[in-house]
Amino acid sequence: MTIILNEEYYQLLHELQAVDFVLVELNLYLDTHPADVNAIQQYNQYAKLRQQIAHRYETKYGPLKNFGQSLTGTPWSWNEAPWPWQV
Amino acid sequence: MWVYEKKLQYPVRVSKCDPLMAKFLMEQYGGADGELAAALRYLNQRYTIPDKVVGLLTDIGTEEFGHLEMIATMIYKLTKDATPEQLKKAGLGAHYVAHDSALFYENANGVPWTASYIQAKGDPIADLYEDIAAEEKARATYQWLIDLTDDVDLQDSLKFLREREIVHSMRFREAVEILKEKRDEKIFF
Amino acid sequence: MNDQVRFYKPFISPLDPCPPILVKSYSTPPQLFIAFQPPNLPQFSPFEALKYGTLWPALYSPYDPKNARQEEGN
Repeated sequence: MTIILNEEYYQLLHELQAVDFVLVELNLYLDTHPADVNAIQQYNQYAKLRQQIAHRYETKYGPLKNFGQSLTGTPWSWNEAPWPWQV
Repeated sequence: MWVYEKKLQYPVRVSKCDPLMAKFLMEQYGGADGELAAALRYLNQRYTIPDKVVGLLTDIGTEEFGHLEMIATMIYKLTKDATPEQLKKAGLGAHYVAHDSALFYENANGVPWTASYIQAKGDPIADLYEDIAAEEKARATYQWLIDLTDDVDLQDSLKFLREREIVHSMRFREAVEILKEKRDEKIFF
Repeated sequence: MNDQVRFYKPFISPLDPCPPILVKSYSTPPQLFIAFQPPNLPQFSPFEALKYGTLWPALYSPYDPKNARQEEGN
């Protein structure tokens, strides 16, 4: 899989970064507010949304995570560029 | 156990080749108040702090590694394809001699990272106050870095990292409040 | 106007070699004024949150580079 770094690539990556960022923020908040049911509900809602966006990204651009946390296609594309600091 | 995710937490754009700025950014890579120090400080304090705040230290420590990767990306991009002559002009001649263009855990003056930058006192309040201070010092470092560049794209990523220090400081302050609570007394909803 | 900045006037000696900065400033970001974040605060949209570096406007702290900033406040 050769990844073309076009507008579409950056747009989808940006979407993923945005939804993942909401999850980071809610996660840290819940670490000190474990009884906030609204935040828990929002966390789970965004976790599901995250799965959909990550799935779209991985279908186009290959696995996001190692160690079996992402499904892989054939051939094994985990070690293919670009790496995050290269894009 | 940690799992790597093949993406940056926040986009890093750099609009010009600027090895001098890369040198300054090394303060946040391998400096006393940098991201490596932050990640290692928090993850190491986890083992001797009340269970209630272990999750927070784990999560902030993990996020710091994401920030370390963003700083690495900035340094990588700012020095990529720079000639030895350009590096020398930027004050990175001594760095070049030891490392070529490789990144290394050292501060803006080339002093290698050391564990004496961090502390684990074993006293939960002392450790959390150290963490709050570390976040404020890193926030200040980001301010001075923003002052030193006119690259608006780079400033944008640095402003994101500065804001993260503020949020982390907020959470550590809340962790102190949680530890001040007497058992079975709730200070918040 | 950024109300997360405080100003002070340092003592100035007639023998100071550099042109004096009459008023100096420093940051006082929002975490200093919130003891414990209350629940259900208004949120940014996900794209805004990423841009600002926080999900909550109450925690957002703008920063203007010193060179562009009016150090000589009131």
